[in-house]
Amino acid sequence: MNHYRTQILLCAGGACISSGCESVRDALLREIKANGLESEIEVITTGCMGMCEIGPMMVVSPEGIFYQKVKPEDMADVVREHLVKGCVVERLLYKRADNDELLRFMEDIPFFKLQKKIVLRNCGKINPEKIEEYIAVGGYEALGKALTSMTPEQVIEEVLTSGLRGRGGAGFPTGLKWKFTAKESADQKYVLCNADEGDPGAFMDRSQLEGDPHSIIEAMAIAGYAIGASKGYVYVRAEYPLAIQRLSNALDQARAKGLLGENIFNSDFSFDLQIRMGAGAFVCGEETALMRSIEGYRGEPRPKPPFPAQKGLFEKPTVLNNVETYANIPYIIMHGGAEFAKIGSGKSTGTKVFALAGHVNNSGLVEVPMGITLREIVYDIGGGIRGGKDFKAVQIGGPSGGCIPKEYLDTPVTYETLPTLGAIMGSGGLIVMNEDACMVDVARYFMDFIQDESCGKCTPCRIGTKIMLDLLNKITHGEGTEQDLEQLEFLAGQIGKSALCGLGQTAPNPVLSTLRYFRHEYVEHIKDKHCRSKVCRSMLRYTIDAAACKGCGLCKKACPADAISGERKAPHSIAADKCIRCGACMEACPFTAIEVK
Amino acid sequence: MSEKEHTCGCDNALYQELNAFIASVPRTRDSLIPVLHKAQALFGYLPVDLQEYIAKALDVPASEVYGVVTFYTYFTMQPRGRHTINVCLGTACYVRGAKQVVEAFSELLGIKIGETTPDRRFTLTAQRCFGACGLAPAVMINQDVHGRVNPKKVAELLEQYK
Amino acid sequence: MTVNLTIDNQPVTVPKGTTILNAARSIGIKIPTLCHMEGVVSPGSCRVCLVEVEGARTLLPSCIAQVGEGMIVHVNSKTARTARRTSVELILANHPLDCNNCSRNNNCELQTIASDMGITASRFPRLVQEHPLDLSTSGLTRDMSKCILCRRCVTACQNIQQVGVLAAQKRGFATIIGGGAKANLAETTCVQCGQCAAVCPVGAITEKDAIADVWAALDDPKKHVVVHTAPAIRAALGECFGMPAGSRVTGKMVTALRRLGFDKVFDTNFAADLTIMEEGFELIKRLTDAVRDKKAVALPQFTSCCPGWINFAETFYPKSLPYLSSCKSPMQMEGPLIKTWYAQKAGIDPKDIVVVSVMPCTAKKHEANRPEMVDSGFKDTDYVLTTRELGKMVTAAGIDFVNLPDGRADELAGESTGAADIFANSGGVMEAALRTAYEVITGRELPFPSLHVASIQGLDGIKEAAFKLDGCKPEFSFLEGVTVKVLVAHGLGNAHKVCKKLEAGDLAEYQFVEIMTCPGGCIGGGGQPRMTDDNVRRARIAAIYSEDESRTLRKSHENPEIKRIYAEFLGEPLGHKSHHLLHTTYTPRQ
Ligand SMILES: Cc1cc2nc3c(=O)[nH]c(=O)nc-3n(C[C@H](O)[C@H](O)[C@H](O)COP(=O)(O)O)c2cc1C
Ligand code: SF4
Ligand code: SF4
Ligand code: SF4
Ligand code: SF4
Ligand code: SF4
Ligand code: SF4
Ligand code: SF4
Ligand code: SF4
Ligand code: FES
Ligand code: FES
Ligand code: FES
Repeated sequence: MNHYRTQILLCAGGACISSGCESVRDALLREIKANGLESEIEVITTGCMGMCEIGPMMVVSPEGIFYQKVKPEDMADVVREHLVKGCVVERLLYKRADNDELLRFMEDIPFFKLQKKIVLRNCGKINPEKIEEYIAVGGYEALGKALTSMTPEQVIEEVLTSGLRGRGGAGFPTGLKWKFTAKESADQKYVLCNADEGDPGAFMDRSQLEGDPHSIIEAMAIAGYAIGASKGYVYVRAEYPLAIQRLSNALDQARAKGLLGENIFNSDFSFDLQIRMGAGAFVCGEETALMRSIEGYRGEPRPKPPFPAQKGLFEKPTVLNNVETYANIPYIIMHGGAEFAKIGSGKSTGTKVFALAGHVNNSGLVEVPMGITLREIVYDIGGGIRGGKDFKAVQIGGPSGGCIPKEYLDTPVTYETLPTLGAIMGSGGLIVMNEDACMVDVARYFMDFIQDESCGKCTPCRIGTKIMLDLLNKITHGEGTEQDLEQLEFLAGQIGKSALCGLGQTAPNPVLSTLRYFRHEYVEHIKDKHCRSKVCRSMLRYTIDAAACKGCGLCKKACPADAISGERKAPHSIAADKCIRCGACMEACPFTAIEVK
Repeated sequence: MSEKEHTCGCDNALYQELNAFIASVPRTRDSLIPVLHKAQALFGYLPVDLQEYIAKALDVPASEVYGVVTFYTYFTMQPRGRHTINVCLGTACYVRGAKQVVEAFSELLGIKIGETTPDRRFTLTAQRCFGACGLAPAVMINQDVHGRVNPKKVAELLEQYK
Repeated sequence: MTVNLTIDNQPVTVPKGTTILNAARSIGIKIPTLCHMEGVVSPGSCRVCLVEVEGARTLLPSCIAQVGEGMIVHVNSKTARTARRTSVELILANHPLDCNNCSRNNNCELQTIASDMGITASRFPRLVQEHPLDLSTSGLTRDMSKCILCRRCVTACQNIQQVGVLAAQKRGFATIIGGGAKANLAETTCVQCGQCAAVCPVGAITEKDAIADVWAALDDPKKHVVVHTAPAIRAALGECFGMPAGSRVTGKMVTALRRLGFDKVFDTNFAADLTIMEEGFELIKRLTDAVRDKKAVALPQFTSCCPGWINFAETFYPKSLPYLSSCKSPMQMEGPLIKTWYAQKAGIDPKDIVVVSVMPCTAKKHEANRPEMVDSGFKDTDYVLTTRELGKMVTAAGIDFVNLPDGRADELAGESTGAADIFANSGGVMEAALRTAYEVITGRELPFPSLHVASIQGLDGIKEAAFKLDGCKPEFSFLEGVTVKVLVAHGLGNAHKVCKKLEAGDLAEYQFVEIMTCPGGCIGGGGQPRMTDDNVRRARIAAIYSEDESRTLRKSHENPEIKRIYAEFLGEPLGHKSHHLLHTTYTPRQ
């Protein structure tokens, strides 16, 4: 192997690719070559570094200088100034939003400072397409340790001790799940990985698979050893082509190295994995639906029991875990469950990866120890609300979750506390919302999502959520009545108790939590026909301030509905009954004489 | 599908590639979805004839194949336009105005989500999050992700795709 | 092992593995169900059977959830009642509520449950989806706007019959049951067995109604309307009037038909005996050709009296067609004989004769409309009523069925034997054929207790029997020592297995195979009173065998009217006239 003087880590995660990192890499390589530095400098393309918003980004070691928003044309400077002369290119450094201080190192940036990386330990640090790099940072040692020095029972014991709970949403103790499945005797068992990641606004699992696919393969092999399974599947969304490509590349490499296949590490344990692509159905994230889908059917859930531990894929005992859950396993095996359990808080051990997004300054992928408060995530890591607006709520847990208002920002994030607030940990979507978000519309958004994604098998979800959606549409259109609100609450209460699967059972949560904290917004929509966030368009009223209007007529020209009348040079006015609330007039008015309420 | 259509199918290079794929997987029910993925990758969509062909090849009832195709939104029975516009309607994009972006595309192209313009230039689709939440609202046209799109930028974006 | 629990404060002890539904039933608590089919499937989808179990996170579907030691179950708690009622109200919100114009009125599971729950108005906004009626087939009407998506029909079609026509399509609120991309059933491989209609809890799949046509014929003074009833009707018709499954109502049925105004009441059983003659001699001929003359003939011979099976073989196993007996079904033998022999005897112009058959079957409606079924020079069977339709006509006519005196079918084509009765259930045609064939070959009675071939009776899916022929009559000496092996299958899922064996050449040692489309045979037909489960099947089968045993004549060849028709009209089995009127050919379909 070549020994390089300098390594450059360049983020090639999904978001950075879309921000143009590939041409940055080409430019960088070109410049390196032009300066004859090929043998001294190595460029490593990595998975997501987490702060996609300021991508593409790179880290130049050994110093660890962090450059952000790099463009191909910057590469000449990076090579000439930094690599040749050793001077940092200041204009590419990260600037603190609050005090304009230039920060040189990743660790100095508040976004990264509070994070603790276990799951994402290799993301952004190694090239996910090279198994050698994974091995070089200790990859597959955990598998080796398990196979050569631990019994399956000891592996399960270690996972139990760690207190690791499923990161896919429900938070079921992983060790217990393994134990139940190990207990069953069967000619075939399966290990499955849930990489369906269906929550709208979540991309943790995708980044993990794109940035560190071997960690999942290694963990699944360990799970296979623990429960006595020789086969496994990774069920990935079809919408993640890059993840699929990197994972299948990783599988080939692992097979070539004998880390998958027959008699791994010369033990009598054999294990292999296949990838199965989803095809666009959120419900396939539900475990029984996922298995149905792998079997080649419509992804319709079935009632439990029997649980997958007894009758899973192809009716055989099966363990299904989330991507992030697996990513913790090698760490637990190497460092011991007790060590892992020290991280976090109470029964919520370890870290959690969140996809932080919405009206927040720094959005991206963050990994934090359990027990951190929402405020720390939103303000310290996320850098607070964008554009100086007011915080309104954070939506956590996706369509099964809820909206948490300002009063509870100091709540520690754990499996135990969130449900008391009507939210759940979920799989890691964390959307920050400012005053511009209408909470009724947010509830409507999730109900629309659920209705779109309901498999249609059971009555409460198929018909009940449709009625709930219709009611919410009515309310956001300003046509709601108090009786509608009553019915909405009634159905929300019923569906949760009577639907067949988790999708329907949690479908009312966004409605219930917004009703709990933002009932006044519902009431305003119904009684006052008013949407304070100006999101529900049918309730908007456009008016012209006669004093400010110069009678230029531009608004009249722009109006597609012929709703504006007025003589030239005289104040114009809007006929409310004709106005379709498109906002064109407001944009057209050069004198900001048009208001919306 | 009749014998005759079946044979001319085999002459076709796309069918040949599909046949080769089918031959490479076990003739069991769990091969259905991978085969449909392959077929859609090859043909661009899954018309009824093709579904019936696959049904026969895998010995699965045609009604079941249709049931699977119509269950999963990734599968389409309509031919796609030359360019696929995929607007993210994930939560992050939604709270930053993705709905208005969809509406703008919809209005400008005169089609709804899931439809294709009559000139087959564009197909409009929506997805929930492509992991570019930092760039919300995000729109993917073919393989290119465009971040921070707003309704005003839409016409300009479309201009780039002929 | 038993489990103790309490349901609505009553202690109950049931075997481990019992569902809460059945545990409740055992102490007289009736929980409503819609999607559940006892012993077959519980998708857990309708949620009308929810109960509250202390400690459970959600309500549980009692049709699936099994009892547990110490479980405390509430069926009659506010929470459970409200949840069940909400499920029903939601279904109703999405339902046309057109009961007065619906063929299931008064016999509809949804209607009954709603009424039992005291639902008079759904609190929810109406959300009805309009779907066009599918009237494309002769046997069935599908009205998907009434479908409640219980999926029972899918189970019947995909899992039991394995015909693979009906499947769930689309998803979410748009989910619909259909036959694939093809909008109409007629464009699919549907064999018209009607098992979907037999299990549908509501009026979404029903037989195509012939009642109005039959009334019109009865009301037309110029028409001479002749009716005949299939063997399976007499063991099921009583259920339409609240009689228990397995009530034998042959005599009442005849009286009811007369009172409805039919001019002649014949019996399909007569043609069933005739079928045995024709089919039995066909088998003997094939055996003679094969064993004595060493000719290449298609053996085993397969029965052909079930039109669902014919459709199935034509569609899925065209290679099996040469193995099928060329005999028409009894219904299609009776029809042309009425329009020829009877017409001639009675001196009635066959164009004025309307033949109505009462069948347990929707496939028979399809069969009657086959273009080749016109050998009398007219449409051989004009209208086919199902058992259920006859029940409705009797009710509409104000006939108090339960208290009717017994009647007897008319002469000429009304006499029959016990061999014909047992056509009604799986194994019966085979047994009837063996009773005659054995006697023809050996001159002795079939040597089994009470003439029953026990191993081919009952509800096992595939059954067989084997015995050695000895003491054959001189003309059949070539069969001496031959082991006769017969196979019986019912339910098309089992037919698939048998046909696959045939295609693989694995049936060479058998001589005769009986296939019936419907589970249990015609007693479980698609046109029988609902709901047919295995208990009902067993009761009907028992009724059929006791009908058989109550007869003095129990072998088809002993039927005096059969002897008469051969002497006066047909000549001999497989003769020229038989060939023209009673046999047919099959065409591969796709
Ligand atoms: C409607 C629905 C969607 C789900 N989607 C996902 C998903 O996208 N990814 C995931 O890992 N788990 C998802 N889950 C949770 C899984 O069913 C399952 O609990 C999880 O994958 C188990 O792994 P874990 O124990 O490691 O969390 C979903 C559950 C439901 C009910
Ligand atoms: S709750 Fe919804 S998604 Fe789940 S089974 Fe019922 S209809 Fe399907
Ligand atoms: S909002 Fe639109 S419709 Fe209304 S007045 Fe302005 S331009 Fe006209
Ligand atoms: S564009 Fe503004 S200033 Fe001009 S007429 Fe309209 S409201 Fe008045
Ligand atoms: S199916 Fe039942 S509930 Fe529906 S209209 Fe018919 S009788 Fe009434
Ligand atoms: S009051 Fe009731 S029973 Fe009387 S006619 Fe009207 S609906 Fe029928
Ligand atoms: S009649 Fe038989 S084959 Fe046809 S759809 Fe119904 S169950 Fe299926
Ligand atoms: S057609 Fe009838 S049996 Fe089939 S799903 Fe609908 S309601 Fe159920
Ligand atoms: S078994 Fe009887 S009822 Fe069923 S299709 Fe055959 S003839 Fe008809
Ligand atoms: S993809 Fe580069 S930082 Fe997320
Ligand atoms: S929500 Fe739009 S990219 Fe994530
Ligand atoms: S009968 Fe139990 S869920 Fe339908």
